[in-house]
Amino acid sequence: MYAYSEFDTDFIAERNRQFRAQVERRIDGSLTEDEFRPLRLMNGLYLQLHAYMLRVAIPYGSLDSAKMRQLAYIAQRWDKGYGHFTTRQNIQYNWPKLNDVPDILDALGEVGMHAIQTSGNTIRNVTADHFAGAAADEIADPRPVAELIRQWSTDHPEFQFMPRKFKIAITGSPNDRAVTAAHDIGIRIVEKDGEIGYQVIVGGGLGRTPMIGKVISDFVTEEDLLPYLEAIVSVWNVLGRRDNKYKARIKITVHEHGIDEIRRLVDARFAEVKPTFKGVDQQLLAEIRKHFHPPAFRNAPTDAFDQAYENDPVFRSWADTNLTEHKINGYAIAQISIKAHGETPGDASAEQMEVMADLAEKYGHDELRISHEQNVVLPHVHKSDLPALHAELKKVGLATANIGLISDIIACPGMDYCALATARSIPIAQEIAVRFDELKLEHEIGDIKIKISGCINACGHHHVGHIGILGLDRAGVENYQITLGGDHSENANLGDRTGPGFPAESVVDAIETIVRTYLAVRSSADETFLETYRRTGMEPFKAALYPPKEEAKADAA
Amino acid sequence: MPRAFTPKVVTGNALLEGDVIYFTDSDSWTRNLKDAEVITDEAVAQVRLLAAESQAAEVVGAYLADVKVTEDGPEPTHFREDFRRTGPSNYFHGKQAEA
Ligand code: SF4
Repeated sequence: MYAYSEFDTDFIAERNRQFRAQVERRIDGSLTEDEFRPLRLMNGLYLQLHAYMLRVAIPYGSLDSAKMRQLAYIAQRWDKGYGHFTTRQNIQYNWPKLNDVPDILDALGEVGMHAIQTSGNTIRNVTADHFAGAAADEIADPRPVAELIRQWSTDHPEFQFMPRKFKIAITGSPNDRAVTAAHDIGIRIVEKDGEIGYQVIVGGGLGRTPMIGKVISDFVTEEDLLPYLEAIVSVWNVLGRRDNKYKARIKITVHEHGIDEIRRLVDARFAEVKPTFKGVDQQLLAEIRKHFHPPAFRNAPTDAFDQAYENDPVFRSWADTNLTEHKINGYAIAQISIKAHGETPGDASAEQMEVMADLAEKYGHDELRISHEQNVVLPHVHKSDLPALHAELKKVGLATANIGLISDIIACPGMDYCALATARSIPIAQEIAVRFDELKLEHEIGDIKIKISGCINACGHHHVGHIGILGLDRAGVENYQITLGGDHSENANLGDRTGPGFPAESVVDAIETIVRTYLAVRSSADETFLETYRRTGMEPFKAALYPPKEEAKADAA
Repeated sequence: MPRAFTPKVVTGNALLEGDVIYFTDSDSWTRNLKDAEVITDEAVAQVRLLAAESQAAEVVGAYLADVKVTEDGPEPTHFREDFRRTGPSNYFHGKQAEA
């Protein structure tokens, strides 16, 4: 776990002192809301539908038990006893009072956390593969570079007032679990002739104008990476459209100028930037790497695991869905589902957070991760500890065996909280999970990713869901558009719209129709939903969703 | 033909608590839509909005929201306003829990 330097600690303390004074001045009337608003947003404080919301950064989704316990404490002390994990690996508190926020920020500072650059036109929290440092398929741990980028971008003088926000994601595995192609910059660690380097993707993004990023360089060496990133951001900082917020993201710049022209400009800028770096970043990276040494893995028999797997069907089912292969023999990556059927995706109670912190300490080398899929990960658990871990998770409702299945839904807060929403997301996710649980079809359906957003901003990643759902306001009624065939992985793809949207009352039926159609037309039980869709295209799904009679009615309307 | 003016209330969020508040005819704020001042005249609406906005120590982001007048007082016409005066649907939190 990266430990903050003195500089970081002082910087955060100073920022918190400033913000405390700003809150006081807003309350006593010396600051107007127009003056205060940008200041609170710089500190991650939004005003939502029913209350303020504080967004706390969890850099590249990595936590230790002390941080997780503090998050639980904050939820208990100043919020309503829970927190919401987001698709950007952050945590949001939905009910803080303005007066309390300076205390909350101080409490975060005690464990080296903050809410800086979780808002505004800055480089946001760097996200990374949630299996970093653990995955069997990993080329190298992406977190040291993620931390280097965090330090470079935090409070970078050139990058505080950019055309728009800027998001960077990094993966160290060819299996892209970090959705890198949907970020302003996506970085994939690659290996060429025994040398580790970085493939850089630029101009991806979801939202109003979704785009899959394009490769700007296939191989950037380690010492060139930071100057190369700086060159990209700098080219965009000049070219980016400040006149129109809908055209300001780098995806539009890349689209308007073409990737070849952007590459040429970036190369030219890189030639200027590179000499200014003088290798300081490489010394820093070497220093950072020391904080990411792998834990002292144990070499022990796995009999306890084998026995439980053999004899306990509930454990077996959990192990089959929630565990992923670890790079060390005898270890597993355990995902804790924050998607119990009927509950709010990504919401964990203070008690659950405390239990997860305890379990990480006891069985997980004190490491936890937040996934962009809104689950919690214990990246290093010895297999012999898994039965005990599972038993303790069961006690607090955290043993749901549904990772990667139809009830493991990404849902943004939607109109239950978000001021920008056009419709609700959470109740749709809850209903879908409950429906398929009742139908007992979940395991038969297998691999499927449903992603729901409550407006076009696409925080719920609906464009890259195998089934994507977008909530809209159609003449004062909630209406849901469905897309099929999206993919967030290394084969990133945007989904296709099925046709007209569905009202809230029938969208869950529509999802069931789609899934039943898949079960009917798949070539075998091994063909996943996405594979079937790629083979058959939209036709069978469209036919099932919009039977001719209905269509005629719709035409007449 | 100019469209008929729909009745409105002035609403926003409280500065300290962040929760939904409505402006009353006595220039104070209420947490209950029923007690809000219903404005039926366009010119009056702008004046009342300015009066509400001037209370910067009480309210953030004041605006005019459509309502319909019923026997039980003003009712929201749009689902967003209905959620605002109720609270989230996933937990019994917010206004619904305070009533
Ligand atoms: S997608 Fe829209 S509704 Fe959902 S959290 Fe983002 S801005 Fe809010």
